[in-house]
Amino acid sequence: MGALYAALSPATQVAADTGMSAQVAEGKALFQVTCSSCHGLNGEGTSQGPSLVGVGAAAVEFQMATNRMPMAKPGAQAPRKVVQYTAQEINNIAEYVQTLGPGPAIPKSEQYDYSGLSDDDIARGGELFRTNCSACHQAAGNGGALPNGKYAPALQGVEPLHIYEAIRTGPQQMPVFSAGAIPDEDVASIIGYLKGMEEQPSAGFSLGGLGPVTEGFAAWVLGIGGLALVATWIASRGARAK
Amino acid sequence: MMAKPVGIAPEGDILETRRPAEGGAVKSLPGPAVWLDERVGIAKLGKAGLRKVFPDHWSFLLGEIALYSFIVLLLTGIFLTIWFKPSMAEVEYQGSYELMRGLQMSQAFESTLAISFDVRGGMLVRQIHHWAALLFMAAMTAHMLRVFFTGAFRKPREINWLIGVGLLSLGMIAGMTGYSLPDDLLSGTGLRFTDGAIRSIPLVGTWIEFFVFGGEYPGDMIIARFYMAHILLLPAILLGLIAAHMALLVYHKHTQFPGPGRTENNVVGYPLFPVYMAKAGGFFFIVFGALILMGATLSINQVWLYGPYNPAQVTAGSQPDWYMGWVEGAIRIMPGWESSWGSTTWSWNVFIPFAILMGILYTGLAVWPFVEAWLTGDKSHHNILDRPRNAPTRTALGVAGMVWYGLFWVGGGNDIIATQFNVSLNAVTWFLRIAVFVGPVIAFIVTKRLCLSLQRADRERVLHGSESGIIVRSPAGGYHEPHAPISNDEAFTLTQHPQYAPLEETPSHDEHGVKQSGPGSVSGLHARLSAWFTGDDIAKPTREEIADSHHHDDEPKQLH
Repeated sequence: MGALYAALSPATQVAADTGMSAQVAEGKALFQVTCSSCHGLNGEGTSQGPSLVGVGAAAVEFQMATNRMPMAKPGAQAPRKVVQYTAQEINNIAEYVQTLGPGPAIPKSEQYDYSGLSDDDIARGGELFRTNCSACHQAAGNGGALPNGKYAPALQGVEPLHIYEAIRTGPQQMPVFSAGAIPDEDVASIIGYLKGMEEQPSAGFSLGGLGPVTEGFAAWVLGIGGLALVATWIASRGARAK
Repeated sequence: MMAKPVGIAPEGDILETRRPAEGGAVKSLPGPAVWLDERVGIAKLGKAGLRKVFPDHWSFLLGEIALYSFIVLLLTGIFLTIWFKPSMAEVEYQGSYELMRGLQMSQAFESTLAISFDVRGGMLVRQIHHWAALLFMAAMTAHMLRVFFTGAFRKPREINWLIGVGLLSLGMIAGMTGYSLPDDLLSGTGLRFTDGAIRSIPLVGTWIEFFVFGGEYPGDMIIARFYMAHILLLPAILLGLIAAHMALLVYHKHTQFPGPGRTENNVVGYPLFPVYMAKAGGFFFIVFGALILMGATLSINQVWLYGPYNPAQVTAGSQPDWYMGWVEGAIRIMPGWESSWGSTTWSWNVFIPFAILMGILYTGLAVWPFVEAWLTGDKSHHNILDRPRNAPTRTALGVAGMVWYGLFWVGGGNDIIATQFNVSLNAVTWFLRIAVFVGPVIAFIVTKRLCLSLQRADRERVLHGSESGIIVRSPAGGYHEPHAPISNDEAFTLTQHPQYAPLEETPSHDEHGVKQSGPGSVSGLHARLSAWFTGDDIAKPTREEIADSHHHDDEPKQLH
């Protein structure tokens, strides 16, 4: 929706003296209140936060629409939180940051639309996901650990828009995958595969989808633990009722 | 209110002497039984077998869980072999799982998907099979711990202990080969791990890799080879070892916990027919039912989420099944040491945690019965089990070993712990690097102290009885708590165990200066180790002390 808004909004009322659109001006004002303490008054970066010159509107949209930014507290990594800003406010800041230096723009929905993909495209998306993404995000997109308290988050329930933006802008620990490396149609395939996996029913309680660790835990606690209880009952019964 | 007496083994009513007298012929059998008896002699077998007595204790059923899981593995395994295709030939997937249609994959993975989605009941049977494998290994481990902590491995059962160690290690290999068969991304990653471990063996590692994989990893033969091992070779050996294990169990007769009426020469419990047959038969169905329940409700190894194996891919959260988890953990926390000498590479980072550590565990387990007999100098038969507190050094070593194993185990899931508990992966790893050395030492000391305290408590209880919880004030103003004497049965249970005097060093040379090295000689080191192992026991009360304490208890005690 943000993208649609960005595409359609009549945002070019020109403020004659600064050469800055009203949207950008509003974004800048909000930026200076919410972002500048770490990223600097002009987005040039400080010891607390990186420069935002050239990160592009897509990076701002991703970080703010998942409310990773603004960070609640310094830490190894900014976690996803409940969104605090309206789409309009986020867009204003995104447009302002885009003026600092060119970077990836907020994508249009047709760039990551996966509704028309064939089975082959989806399967190919799975291969691309396993090759490029699963080393950190885990084969089923359940997320994984990275050094020093950092992590690759789980991907279930993430908006297709945000998956696209993350691939293109490389937030936090993630590398950037440019359109030259993974073209838009492949990104759509990956998103289609992830969304397809979300729709698959599980073959029973998934135990968190964490693989052999939780499976082994269940075998010991439920299997041995439960059967030891039964064994206690069996061993306590004699030939005569006591 | 009286304190509850400690649990002692209940009095059984059926005794079996260890050397039954030879009986006469069995009379009055029904017709078909007579027919069979005249041909295969079932009456004699039945007479010896059906009245065989087994003692009751919940922990004696842990081995049964392993046996029943193995039977379930065989049953479900047969079903799976009907559908599974052990081939690495590439095919294009056109089955029911939409997200992989059109993908190139091995026939092994394709048939695993087919079992999961297209064969009626296939998913359920696959999941039961995998849960049964996890339970089989877990039950064997739990059973082994029970045998260890109760001293059931002592003479005459050392050979059965060795068979058990063999079962445990072969079960691990059977599980590992089964884990690799579906040829999904997780099983392929596990296979890559195994390949790396093989290659880390100095000098011959590469050669063994080529031998196992028929060329360079992964090749196109390993699935078929593992399949042969998994469904034919290993189950056959396991079955043979299980038969030997149980034959020896019948021959030795089952051990029993100490209690009144229980001696080294009898077994107190219930006969196989009808009581134990009902108990064991019922327990089989409970284990089978529990496994079906787990297979039906808990998903396990969802291979379709991992996708087909491709050596270029690896997924986060790749772990082996739990019984290999400790080796995985040891490799994860090991610093990356590597040496290059000449044209050879020595991968200490893999070889030490894989080969040396596994060697230490399995060799340690195998030699332990002999080491302990050497430390105590005990050559007698043991059919009465130890209460773990009465062998404090053994118990402490066992707990230290469990802590050691458990910490490596945690290492195997360090990434899951980091993400689930929001801690740093590096912090977990560094904690474990230190804890695997410090943890077992702490566990040893704490456990040994606990055992000795429990020994003291037992001694106190025998000498002074159980605390009544009533404080009595005497007319003179003194306070005392009357103790209720414990029953003779309980006193027997608490004092029946043997206590070892540490071996004493024998002179190394006789008066003529000739070196003595006969079977009875004890070196200084041997004596010191023996003192370390047996020397700290709290002396159990003697007959005189018990008699004395009864008089002593008649006088009111003063509490100040």
